[in-house]
Amino acid sequence: MPDWSPLKDEDRIFQNLYGYHPWNLEAAKKRGAWKDTKSLVELGREKICEIVKASGLRGRGGAGFPTGLKWSFMPPANPEKPSYLVVNADESEPGTCKDREIMRNDPHTFIEGCLLASVGMGSHACYIYIRGEYRLEYRVMEQAIAEAYEAGLVGKNACGSGYDFDIYMHHGAGAYICGEETALLESLEGKKGQPRLKPPFPAMAGLYGCPTTVNNVESIAVTGEILRRGAEWFLGFGRENNAGTKLFCVSGHVEKPCNVEEAMSIPLKELLERHCGGVRGGWDNLKAVIPGGSSVPLLPKDICDDVLMDFDALKEVKSGLGTAAVIVMDQSTDVIKAIARLSYFYKHESCGQCTPCREGTGWMWRVMERLVRGEAEIEEIDTLLEVTKQVEGHTICALGDAAAWPIQGLVRHFRDEIEDRIKNRTRVAMPGAAAAE
Amino acid sequence: MATITVKINGEEHEVEQGMTVLQACEKAGVEVPRFCYHERLSIAGNCRMCLVEVKPGPPKPAASCALPVAPNQEIFTDTEMVHKARNGVMEFLLINHPLDCPICDQGGECDLQDQAMAYGRSGSRYDENKRAVKDKYMGPLINTIMTRCIHCTRCVRFVAEVAGVEEIGLLNRGENAEISSLEKAVDSELSANVIDLCPVGALTSKPYAFEARPWELKKTESIDVMDAVGSNIRIDTRGNEVMRVLPRLNEDVNEEWISDKSRYACDGLRRQRLDRPYVRGEDGKLKPASWPDAMTAIAKAASGLKGTEIAAISGDQACAESVYSLKKLMTALGSPNTDCRQDGAKLDSGVRAGYLFNTTIAGIEQADALLIVGANLRWEAPIINARIRKRWLHGNLKVASVGPAVQTTYDVDQLGAGPETLKELADGKHAFAEVLKNAERPMLIVGPGAVAREDGAAVLAAAKKIADMCGLIKDDWNGFNVLHTAAGRVGALDLGFTPEEGGADVAGIVADAKGGKIKLVYLLGADEMDLTAVKESGAFVVYQGHHGDAGAHAADVILPGAAYTEKNGTFVNTEGRVQLARRANFPPGEAKDDWAILRALSETLGKPLPWIDFDGLRQSMRGEFPHLARIDDAEAATWADFGAAGPMDSAPFQSPIENFYMTDPISRASETMAECTQVFVLDRQEKGTGTNG
Repeated sequence: MPDWSPLKDEDRIFQNLYGYHPWNLEAAKKRGAWKDTKSLVELGREKICEIVKASGLRGRGGAGFPTGLKWSFMPPANPEKPSYLVVNADESEPGTCKDREIMRNDPHTFIEGCLLASVGMGSHACYIYIRGEYRLEYRVMEQAIAEAYEAGLVGKNACGSGYDFDIYMHHGAGAYICGEETALLESLEGKKGQPRLKPPFPAMAGLYGCPTTVNNVESIAVTGEILRRGAEWFLGFGRENNAGTKLFCVSGHVEKPCNVEEAMSIPLKELLERHCGGVRGGWDNLKAVIPGGSSVPLLPKDICDDVLMDFDALKEVKSGLGTAAVIVMDQSTDVIKAIARLSYFYKHESCGQCTPCREGTGWMWRVMERLVRGEAEIEEIDTLLEVTKQVEGHTICALGDAAAWPIQGLVRHFRDEIEDRIKNRTRVAMPGAAAAE
Repeated sequence: MATITVKINGEEHEVEQGMTVLQACEKAGVEVPRFCYHERLSIAGNCRMCLVEVKPGPPKPAASCALPVAPNQEIFTDTEMVHKARNGVMEFLLINHPLDCPICDQGGECDLQDQAMAYGRSGSRYDENKRAVKDKYMGPLINTIMTRCIHCTRCVRFVAEVAGVEEIGLLNRGENAEISSLEKAVDSELSANVIDLCPVGALTSKPYAFEARPWELKKTESIDVMDAVGSNIRIDTRGNEVMRVLPRLNEDVNEEWISDKSRYACDGLRRQRLDRPYVRGEDGKLKPASWPDAMTAIAKAASGLKGTEIAAISGDQACAESVYSLKKLMTALGSPNTDCRQDGAKLDSGVRAGYLFNTTIAGIEQADALLIVGANLRWEAPIINARIRKRWLHGNLKVASVGPAVQTTYDVDQLGAGPETLKELADGKHAFAEVLKNAERPMLIVGPGAVAREDGAAVLAAAKKIADMCGLIKDDWNGFNVLHTAAGRVGALDLGFTPEEGGADVAGIVADAKGGKIKLVYLLGADEMDLTAVKESGAFVVYQGHHGDAGAHAADVILPGAAYTEKNGTFVNTEGRVQLARRANFPPGEAKDDWAILRALSETLGKPLPWIDFDGLRQSMRGEFPHLARIDDAEAATWADFGAAGPMDSAPFQSPIENFYMTDPISRASETMAECTQVFVLDRQEKGTGTNG
């Protein structure tokens, strides 16, 4: 076990995560937001980029790509082609509810991050694409942005630094696929939300064909604090290559489901017991955990016992940190049914553009539904697994992979349970056959 | 273009930078299966059939249609990973595709069928219910069986990009995604090209539904005559019947598109046909007659007439051979009264540059400014219109129009309606004249509506003045263009089928016939002029043609000829490109080849033409007009003086085409074109646009 210690209160970036205090500018300033932002802006593009790179911040939207590196892909300023920061606030991954809390309760930390990140990539305009269902958060953000404009923190000559910066909100219409960065850009442009082919990547041709970086809300919101406290501070949390603090959204069969900011690489068991009151009915009642939102493969209890919550540790056990949305399932769960429900979700949310996903998600869901009832042959489990492999890696965007992985995880860890159900069903359905055995 | 070296399946190949991996493979002769990719459409990358393995790259297959080649790239199309990927995609495409190939019109020419044979698995592992999709209405031309759709979106991209109308789209998402035009007819003159583009049997031809199988058809490469573009077509026949017309690739002319009229007017070849000679009897009614009787009747009417009392008018679909024969016959008879300009266009056959589309159709792609004078390109030449749109999509093309304010598929600056604006431009007083002057490759298109009027010569002169003044004519560029709508017109002008010294033009012939100066009028497929006047004039009228249309009604003797699919002939398109039409089937009944009719008639009239077979005729014609032997060539014409400066009428320019779907005897006889007329023209007139009132 690496030495891990719980995050101290003063090290929490999101001081108002639970909304115990007002979100408005005055209160936010008291909590430390917008403090010396001018001098941070004046650090300039290269310096900001450098600090964020040094901090080891990896994208918080699921893929875990180093944020500073992503910013450094943005081309130098070009008067003919503006560049854009687009913030992905289309938080739709089942189990994930961290960005909502940031926007609802700590909008100024986030807006300040938008300004600093924009400076870090040389863009003067930022679009925040917010999930269609987030009406309240949209209103809060609108008001917070208005406050920031009023106070001269954003807009022309933001914070008196001489840097012009505009920030806009855009409401999505509730499609999961619009959380995929290029589908998001399409939707933002007013088109049908379907992922684009890559290359070209958004850093070369993104929004309206201009250089664009798409970042998750959390990745952006933490930049202010990283710049204020320094890369070393952020780097001090978590294992190597998995730095920083992270918002975990714990839901499911724990005593107290919650959102919590913790240091990276916290053991899963520690996370559940320290902050969530433990698994319902005790640790031994645990059946499985989906550690990073619906898209990543689940983990059975024996892995959960000592796995660490960071990118690399979860990758080692063939799962992923994803959005760090921890879905806990105890022994009362029909795990096949749970994954079948996810399969339905992906079938429902597939954009229909490319073949493997359009056809494969429906196929997988239908087979899953039968596996729930045990109405299948044992060989079909292998067929299903092959179908997931036929989808995985063959699609335009990652939704195909996201649909395939939960099923692969299920078969990997709970194959016995699926087989048992098929066998039992066959016995019940054909009593004569059972008697003959 | 710089070239780079890539390795394809271990072999090194030089390819152009900027190519996609798929194009590189194609160039290297390595087959890559695909459904959604099409050279002329934007890249969608959605079928995932073209997956290949690429190094360096992520450890998963990449869509070759969307991936640019890079130096030292290694491409593999034959590895385990690629086979698995193709096999998987093929299986996905087939799980919801019905197994109805035996009753599918696409059968035998279906990409899905072919590729399933090559890359698919032998059986299905899919035990669930297949998806069923409700069929859609897309108009009188496109038949839909949407359950077969594989969502490649070629049709969506075609109508949006090439046709320039956003009429088809993808509704819903996931496995519920459906292609739809929102239950209305796809309103484009090029709509039926989506049938060729559809890689499966989802969009098939409505008029051709369940008519034939591709392997039953004889395929003949020929030239379309529905407009003056000279689109390259393939005529598919079964027995002696034309079953369908398809486009043929020609980068210089029609790329691979044809208009809906070119494609579907062919059912008009079966109706209203003249299949035997007729002679008008004593009672004033046309009666069936034998060939000798018909010939004798003409000889009788012609006997004793002076050459000046005879006139000949050639029609819009006449091939060069028959026009040449008729010209020779008229010369032999001493008649100066010959004309091919039924619409009265004031075009001079003397200066070739003055009646050609000099820029050429492919040349449009280099233009950077365009002035359209008196044309409705969407209806007069949809293929040229599509080329302009293609150029316009690339950016930096300014288009302005003087003439009818019509719907276009690109942004047009409407400068004015008639000659007044043209005069302003010619005097250099209009701002757009500056645009033309400043352009590197400026273009001007004079439409038929601008020259087919009394002051046509003056309009032409004004257009020429603009061309000279604004630098449209350069050493390597001729930006002056005349657009024709008649397939036979340029050929006839080339052959000098215009009035000789002292002869009458079409209007003159009609007037002289009324006045009694002309006593015999020979119509070679001429149906588009004032034939009532000719009929009532009392002159003896001979009509040689293939359809019982206006010309036949006016005739005293009808000689049944061949339609364009039924004869070999030379056609010169609006660019001056010489192309060969080939016989796909035979004329019906007793109808004969046009050249043979004229040869026989010359014999009867005692002025035998100096050839005894078609080759002899062609040889003679090519001897006199050598450019007609240079097939597929559009020879550049020398710039000279033409037109006649003078006062212009203030009446606005008008397109001669009122209904795109019916412009000649064949399309007027076509049931499909009648349906299109109802849906796209008449229904619109009745209903209005939906926003009126």
